[in-house]
Amino acid sequence: MSESLELFIRQIINSLNTGSIYALVAIGYTMVYGIIRLINFAHGEIMMFGAYFAFLIATTLPLNLPFFVIVIIAMALAALMGVFTEKIAYKKLRKAPRISALITAIGMSLFLQNFAQLLFGASPKVMPRFISNEPIMFGNIAVAQVTIYTISMSIGIMILLTLFVKKTKPGKAMRAVSQDKEAAMLMGININRVISLTFAIGSALGALGGIFYSIAYSQVYPTLGVMPGLKAFIAAVFGGIGNIGGAVLGGYTIGFIETMTKGYISSKWADAIVFSVLILVLLFKPSGILGKNVKEKV
Amino acid sequence: MRKLLVLALTLSTVFLLSACGSDDGAIKFGVIGPLTGDYSLYGVAVDNGSRLAAAEINEAGGVLGRDLEIISYDSKGDPTEGVNAYNRLSQQDEIDALLGATFSGVTLALKDLAIADNMPVLTPTATHVDVTLDAPNIFRAAYTDSYQGQVAAVFVKESSEISATKAAVLYNSGDAYSEGLAVAFIAEFLAGGGEVTEYTFSASDDDFSAVLANISASDAEVVFLPAYVAEVGAILTQAFNMGMEVPFVGADGWDGIEADYAEAVEGHYFGNHYAKSDPTQVVVDFVTNYEETYGESPNALAALAYDAVYAMVEAFEQAGSTDADDVIAALAGLEYNNAVTGSIKFDSNGDPIKAVTIIQVVDGAHVVVDKVESE
Repeated sequence: MSESLELFIRQIINSLNTGSIYALVAIGYTMVYGIIRLINFAHGEIMMFGAYFAFLIATTLPLNLPFFVIVIIAMALAALMGVFTEKIAYKKLRKAPRISALITAIGMSLFLQNFAQLLFGASPKVMPRFISNEPIMFGNIAVAQVTIYTISMSIGIMILLTLFVKKTKPGKAMRAVSQDKEAAMLMGININRVISLTFAIGSALGALGGIFYSIAYSQVYPTLGVMPGLKAFIAAVFGGIGNIGGAVLGGYTIGFIETMTKGYISSKWADAIVFSVLILVLLFKPSGILGKNVKEKV
Repeated sequence: MRKLLVLALTLSTVFLLSACGSDDGAIKFGVIGPLTGDYSLYGVAVDNGSRLAAAEINEAGGVLGRDLEIISYDSKGDPTEGVNAYNRLSQQDEIDALLGATFSGVTLALKDLAIADNMPVLTPTATHVDVTLDAPNIFRAAYTDSYQGQVAAVFVKESSEISATKAAVLYNSGDAYSEGLAVAFIAEFLAGGGEVTEYTFSASDDDFSAVLANISASDAEVVFLPAYVAEVGAILTQAFNMGMEVPFVGADGWDGIEADYAEAVEGHYFGNHYAKSDPTQVVVDFVTNYEETYGESPNALAALAYDAVYAMVEAFEQAGSTDADDVIAALAGLEYNNAVTGSIKFDSNGDPIKAVTIIQVVDGAHVVVDKVESE
C-alpha cells in the first residue's frame, strides 16, 4: 500500500471518529426541533455535563465500575437533566413566539456553562482512561481503541434509535407529534410524555458524544460543548433539521470536511470551511440535504 | 445634603493625608497576575513564589532594615484589569517596585504607564520580546520566547539524544507565545541546514488526529511543539494513542505536564527555567520550603517569581535607598548568582542572559539532560 493511500485511509478513520460524535450530538438537536420546533442551544452543554458525569462517577465513586456501566449512568443522568431543563425553561414557552424560546435556550446554554464553571472550576480536568490506549494495528495503520469504540457504538446506537422510532409505539407517537401536535393530542397521545422522552433520548445521545469526545481528546472543561455543539447543530441543519437520517448524514459530512481540511489544507482553514459549507447549503437548499420543502400554511 | 457632602469631603481628605504618611513603613512590591479564572494556575504560582521569598527575607531582617510587603492584585489575565490593578498599586498602595505582570499581554498594556511613573519593574514571567524594548526601567527574569525557540533548535540539532536534520513544528497559530517560539525555532533550524515542515492548530481545536496523522506519515525525526499544558496534554495523548514514536520537544509552557499526562509525555523533552530534581542547594531549599508552605511542588513560574523578589531586593540593597533611579541603575548592573533558575544578569534591553535547562521526562520524573545557552 502506498504511503499516501495509507495516510488517506487514516484520515478517513479520523473523520469517521469526529463524524460519529457530531452525528450523535446532531440527533439531539434534530429530534427536539422535530417535536417542538425549538433549536435547543443548551444541547452542547448537556453534552459537556454528560462528560462531567462520567468523569465524576469514575473519579469520585470508589466502586471501580466498568466502562459501560459508567456510560449508562452518565447517559441516564444527562437524560434527566435534559428533561428537567425542558420542564423548567421551555415548557411554559411552548405557545410563546419562537424567538422567545430560542433566546431562553441560549440563556440556558450560558447558564449551564457558567454553572459548570462554578461547580467544577474552569481548568480542564483530565479524563480517566476508560479504554486501553494500546492502538490496534490494521496492517500498517494504527487505530486508537477509543476510535473503534466511538465509531462502532455510535453506529450501533443510531441503528437502535431508527428501529425505535420506526417500529415501536412511543416512536410512532413521536412521529405523530412531529407531524401535527394538535391532531396527535386528539388521538390520545400524551404530548408531555413524548416531549420528555424526546429530550431524554436526545440528551442521552449527546452525553454519549460528550463522553467519547472527552476520552478521545483526554480533557473535560466547562466550554467543552461549545464548538462540537455548534458543529453538530450545523450538521443537523446541513442534513435537514427535524430529520434523524439527515442529522447522521450531516454529522459524518461535517466530520469528513473538517478532518480533510485539517489533513490536506490547513488547520487554520478547518472552521472557516465548515461554516462556509453551512452557508452554501442554506443558500441552495434552505431545508437541508434531506429536509422536506414544507410549504407555509396560509 | 450639603452636610453629607462636607462630611464626605472631610473624610476623603483624611484618607488622602493618611495615605501620604506611609514612608517609614514596609517596602512594598506589587504583584499583578491572574489569581482567578482560567489562568489562575499561573498567577497563583507567581503570588506564592513572591510571598515565600518575602517571608524568608523578612525573617532574615528585611530590606534596608525595613519589612518587605507583597501586595498582589488579580488581572484575570485581562489587560484592562491589569491596568486597573497597576493604577491601584501605584496610586493607592504606593508600591516601590512592581513584579509583573505575569502575562506578556498585561505587561505590555501597563508598560507605558510604568515608564511614565519611572517604576522599577521586574516581571518574573512575561516573555514577549517587546516587554523590555525601549523601557530602561523594565527588566525580566524569564528568557524571551525567541531565545527559547533558538535554544530548542540548537538542542534538537546538536544533542546526541536527537540530532535531527528534519523537524516538524506544530504550533497554535492564534497564540503569540506559541508562534513566537515556532518562528525562532524555524529560523535557527534552517540556518543550521535543517529541513522544517510547519503544521498549525487553533485554540478551539480538540481533535488533532488529522495533523498528527500527517506528521507521522512524514519523515520528521522530531516534533517541536511550543504550547501550553492543556493543549500539549491533549496532543501528546492522541499521539500516544495513535502509537507515534517520534520524540516531541517543547518549551516552558510544558511545565507541570507530568502531573496529569505522565504516560503520554514519557520520553519527550522540554526546555525549562529550572528542574525540580536539580541537586543544587538553593533549588533543594526552595522546593522543600515551597512544598512545606503550600503543599504542592513549585512550577517554573513560582521559581521565577521567587528569584525576581530576591533579585529586586538585591538591587534595593545595592542602591541603598528606595529611590527609583538608583534602584533601576542597580538592576541594570545586577549580577545575582544564587538564583533557583540560574544566575540573573541583564543585557542592555533588560533581558536575562542565562541557560535553558533541557528536561526529559523519564518514569514520570524530570531528568536534566542538558543546559543549553545560545548567543
